[in-house]
Amino acid sequence: MEILDRIASALQQGDDQQVASLTAQALKGGVAAGEILQRGLVAGMNVVGEQFKAREIFLPDVLLSARAMYAGLDHLKPHLAREGVALRGKVVIGSVQGDLHDIGKNLVGIMLKGAGFEVIDLGHDVAPERFVETAQREQAPLIGLSALLTTTMPRMREVVTLVRERGLSGSVRVIVGGAPVNADFAREIGADDYACDAATAVERVKALLGVA
Amino acid sequence: MREIVGFTAQETRPGLEPLLRVQGLPAADALAPRLRALVDEALASHDELAEPRAVVEDVTSEAFAAVLQPLALPPEALVVGRVYPRAFALALYVATLGEALPARIRGLLDDGSLAEGYMLDAVASFAADLLSDLLAERFAARCSAGGDGLRALPYSPGYCGWPTAGQRPLFAALRPEEIGVRLNESCLMSPIKSVSGLLVAGPPETHRFRPDFPFCHQCRTRECGPRMASVLRPH
Repeated sequence: MEILDRIASALQQGDDQQVASLTAQALKGGVAAGEILQRGLVAGMNVVGEQFKAREIFLPDVLLSARAMYAGLDHLKPHLAREGVALRGKVVIGSVQGDLHDIGKNLVGIMLKGAGFEVIDLGHDVAPERFVETAQREQAPLIGLSALLTTTMPRMREVVTLVRERGLSGSVRVIVGGAPVNADFAREIGADDYACDAATAVERVKALLGVA
Repeated sequence: MREIVGFTAQETRPGLEPLLRVQGLPAADALAPRLRALVDEALASHDELAEPRAVVEDVTSEAFAAVLQPLALPPEALVVGRVYPRAFALALYVATLGEALPARIRGLLDDGSLAEGYMLDAVASFAADLLSDLLAERFAARCSAGGDGLRALPYSPGYCGWPTAGQRPLFAALRPEEIGVRLNESCLMSPIKSVSGLLVAGPPETHRFRPDFPFCHQCRTRECGPRMASVLRPH
């Protein structure tokens, strides 16, 4: 459908006004909100994610596209609710306690939203209990932890341990990332997975939650 | 000696090419116009809103040992613990870009202006690091008044094994509240674009260490090499 391609293309250009206008136009033309979401916005963000991973575009380009995606989503949200379109899954993310660096975590959140996930972003300097309690309360099957400092990485282990202590290992997975974090560290602390960048995080989250 | 130091926003303004390099962006002449516009806008906001200031206080080795002591770690387990005993002079510092710049960043991000907020955050982080470097240069110049060519570097809690909990005794010793910087329960500073630590001045060799600490294996930034090189190479 041409208008969905145009939405995806405008999103890739980071043109938020055009995305908003085309989304409204598509809705008015009777295109289902779920279809606009998947074949317009998510399709556009998928291309952006691939281009970013291939280093063809840069982080600010991704953020401009993300703003365009939100402009489209704002129009879609009430319609999605009416159509009963479910998002792909709920993910709780945050930078661990003692760490105020959140640009990487923000990017993961943006990419996850772009891939159709519901993201609960707890911000930075988040205590282990808050991660786990939020996941329990929101029935989120995944917690994403970010740390930039070697001195705050141990907090990741505390979250994994807390998940285990509360008997949630089967229902809540933990994925970790951030500049000093690697796969060995993730294994060592008992995390379920590790992602080296935002685009990979989306792939790993999909795999962990078993969604296509 | 204790002093409050003020800088102009021009002094903490990041250079264009280093700023682009740090973000992994192309050089200015190859940068897409829309990205160049973001960078220019962020630099203009920095110039308008940054209020760089610092508090610096000379300390003896014994006084700094007392700052590390509450951490209950052997000093040689930290880079700063290995370096400071060799120093000619030491000073504690806390510096900030003020509240207006982080407030603008928050506002942009809350507004959904993600790219603009991200770029201003990157500019402010770079400027805060420059503030540390400016203080180190200033400290080296003061200590080298006799012409003995001392080199100074900043060492900060949160990096190279110095736990963020080290902020608490540092703040207790320096009392930086008069420049408006506070600590929260997790030892994070507010305003958020603030930096703190120890200025270490000494002959270039003072700053040389072997990066063989346990935490070095987890470090992917490897910034210690260029840092050491920056003071070991001749002026």
